[in-house]
Amino acid sequence: MKKKMKLLTLLLWVTLIGSVFLVACAEDEDTTSEPNAASGEETQTPEPDEGDTLAAILDRGYVIVGGNNQLPGFGYVNSDGDYEGFDVDFARVVAAALFDDPDALEIRPLSAQERFTALQTGEVDVLIRNTTWTLDRDVALGTNFTPTTFYDGQGIMVRADSGITSLEELEGARIGVETGTTTESNLADQFRKYGITYEQVLFDDSDAVVEAYESGNIDAWTTDKSGLVSRQATMASPDDHSILTESLSKEPLGPTVRHGDDQWFDIVKWATLATIEAEELGITSENYEEFLDSEDPVVRRFVGLEGELGQMLGIDDTFAINVIKHVGNYQEIYDRNLGPDTIFNLGRGLNDLYTNGGILYSPPFR
Amino acid sequence: MSVDLKIVENKQMIAPPKTSASLWDWVRNNLFNNWYNTILTFVAGFIIIGIAYNVLSWVLFEAQWTVITNNYRLFMVGRYPLSELWRIWSLLTIVSFMFGLCSGSFKGTILRLSGILAGIYLIHLLAPFTASSSKVWLAVQLAGLVIGFLIALKLPYNKRIAIIGWVITIPLVFFFIHGFGILPEVRTTFWNGLLLTVLLAGVAIILSFPLGVLLALGRTSKLPAIKYFCIGYIELIRAVPLITIFLMAQVLIPLFLPTGLTIDNLLRVMLGATLFTAAYAAENVRGGLQSIPNGQYEAAKAIGLNPFQTTFFIVLPQALRAIIPTIVGQSISMFKDTSLVAIVGLLDLLGIAQSVKSNPEFLGRHMEVYIYIAFVYWVIAYSMSYSSRRIEKSLGVGER
Repeated sequence: MKKKMKLLTLLLWVTLIGSVFLVACAEDEDTTSEPNAASGEETQTPEPDEGDTLAAILDRGYVIVGGNNQLPGFGYVNSDGDYEGFDVDFARVVAAALFDDPDALEIRPLSAQERFTALQTGEVDVLIRNTTWTLDRDVALGTNFTPTTFYDGQGIMVRADSGITSLEELEGARIGVETGTTTESNLADQFRKYGITYEQVLFDDSDAVVEAYESGNIDAWTTDKSGLVSRQATMASPDDHSILTESLSKEPLGPTVRHGDDQWFDIVKWATLATIEAEELGITSENYEEFLDSEDPVVRRFVGLEGELGQMLGIDDTFAINVIKHVGNYQEIYDRNLGPDTIFNLGRGLNDLYTNGGILYSPPFR
Repeated sequence: MSVDLKIVENKQMIAPPKTSASLWDWVRNNLFNNWYNTILTFVAGFIIIGIAYNVLSWVLFEAQWTVITNNYRLFMVGRYPLSELWRIWSLLTIVSFMFGLCSGSFKGTILRLSGILAGIYLIHLLAPFTASSSKVWLAVQLAGLVIGFLIALKLPYNKRIAIIGWVITIPLVFFFIHGFGILPEVRTTFWNGLLLTVLLAGVAIILSFPLGVLLALGRTSKLPAIKYFCIGYIELIRAVPLITIFLMAQVLIPLFLPTGLTIDNLLRVMLGATLFTAAYAAENVRGGLQSIPNGQYEAAKAIGLNPFQTTFFIVLPQALRAIIPTIVGQSISMFKDTSLVAIVGLLDLLGIAQSVKSNPEFLGRHMEVYIYIAFVYWVIAYSMSYSSRRIEKSLGVGER
């Protein structure tokens, strides 16, 4: 009798502990157990319906942008704690087009691995994180690339006194490259094409590559040309280094949205194009007021006086001029982040209007 | 011969020979006692002086520490809005006060820790780059410490009050940082820097402990379902690196969630860290449980305690006491492991450091940034290990 009582108490105790434990576990695990119940037949990357994204953003009151928090010139945190950079300015472009307020946004810093997942799952509305437009990403990853905001290409930096001026002369050189990036495979591809033998030295951090290059451990190093230029500016004696004119690859970088919501795709696309169109029309954040009563039909459509372009997108007719008013046109954005007044002093090159020898070209706003 | 020895022995009995000679004697006996040691001393000396000279000249003359001083707020609280910063300061004041209260009640280790804290406040108070508004707040922190200490000295039952105070403080932390609708909401993307590091480590350490105790008890349970579940959980988690868990939390979990349902990415990482630490805590607790001799169980049975009472009043208190040093050691490693979240895009101390060094204004200053945050990690981790050593001593854990 007594033994049975004890056994019963033991059982009771174990169940008590067990249930407390299970409750604790259930609390922690409902992140994984809930979806099974709710998602049902859905595919792994559920696509949004037309208009869903815009409605969700307007409801939320701000747009969530996947960005880079550690790329000089493109995305970083300044001393006041605000995000700054070329990519960040295009995030502000999207916010200004939607809300007439460039600060109605949240930048979600994303690593290279998680950026596409974050976009596919709707954690971010748009990805503006120096992402190269490739067929594979466009199709297989279920993303849509809006117009390219920055045409980059992979380059190689060598010491000026080495006398090397072309790829062929790099025969047998030790070349530093960051692992896990497209630059690594581009380097291999190009050198195989030309039949040049070289020694590849891998690093997992761009600071480490530069350190090794500056200390003379490697003869050359490679990354996107914008990255080479920005790094050259901070080297002990920038004039001792030169960047080869040849490019190893094409790197068109631009905002990306997910498949399935064409309205949202169009909004990001045309908000981005507005900056290019404004540069062509000569509208800046400083002189935009002069254009508000323009007689030119092209300008009148751009600033929203005619044509109801914004309504077709589902946003304000004045979206384009709001972008220019708050963030500025393409040239202003470029100069602010990469232009002659910055330490990068990066020439426009391909990133100039088609009228100036570049390849930036906006389809007409009508 | 034998007589001589006896005399020597006698002398030793009376007064042992002086071992602590003058500095010069020590140097001669240890560094220059024969020719090869002399050579070694000189070679090593030159190398050490060379390195020290280079390090010092870099730290004092070459390094540009403005990257730290200009971004100090970023390192501490990151992008937390300036207008809401008073909340973090008030929170810190409460914590300082609690530290003061505890040091008045418990003395010993916590008093030393408060001393370190006061030292950190004082250094920042005197630093030339600190903004004047921050200096006022730092003075408030010091006052909080002292007032807490003095109150605790006058208060009866101060230990109980101190413990209750901490229990109240923990929800207050989240209330102040987040706002929860009463104060303006600050979204989790704005919780960065040291604030995020401490918060992440704190949540993981505090929540993982009870979870670990339950898992350990479950593992020793006689019910196979519970037992094998716990074993499976512990062994699975312990077989996987922490970074994998973080990547899973950031990349995989969102894919499994239904459309429209998103869980805050900070919450996902906190869950991952807690579940990970819990598995390790469970094994530590199990070690403690096994260290309790069988006699204790038998004695508890003999005086008529039921298994519940045996576990909670006899076994666990002794087991947990035995594993305090291990738990602190694990907490230190968890605190450092939080830096892995920088890889999955959270701006903890390391993450914000990477952002700061990417600011074109400070490009190329990464050495200064990394050295500074390594120093911050060291100060905190060393304080923890120091207190663990003292607790160990005062409990006599290693000496029994």
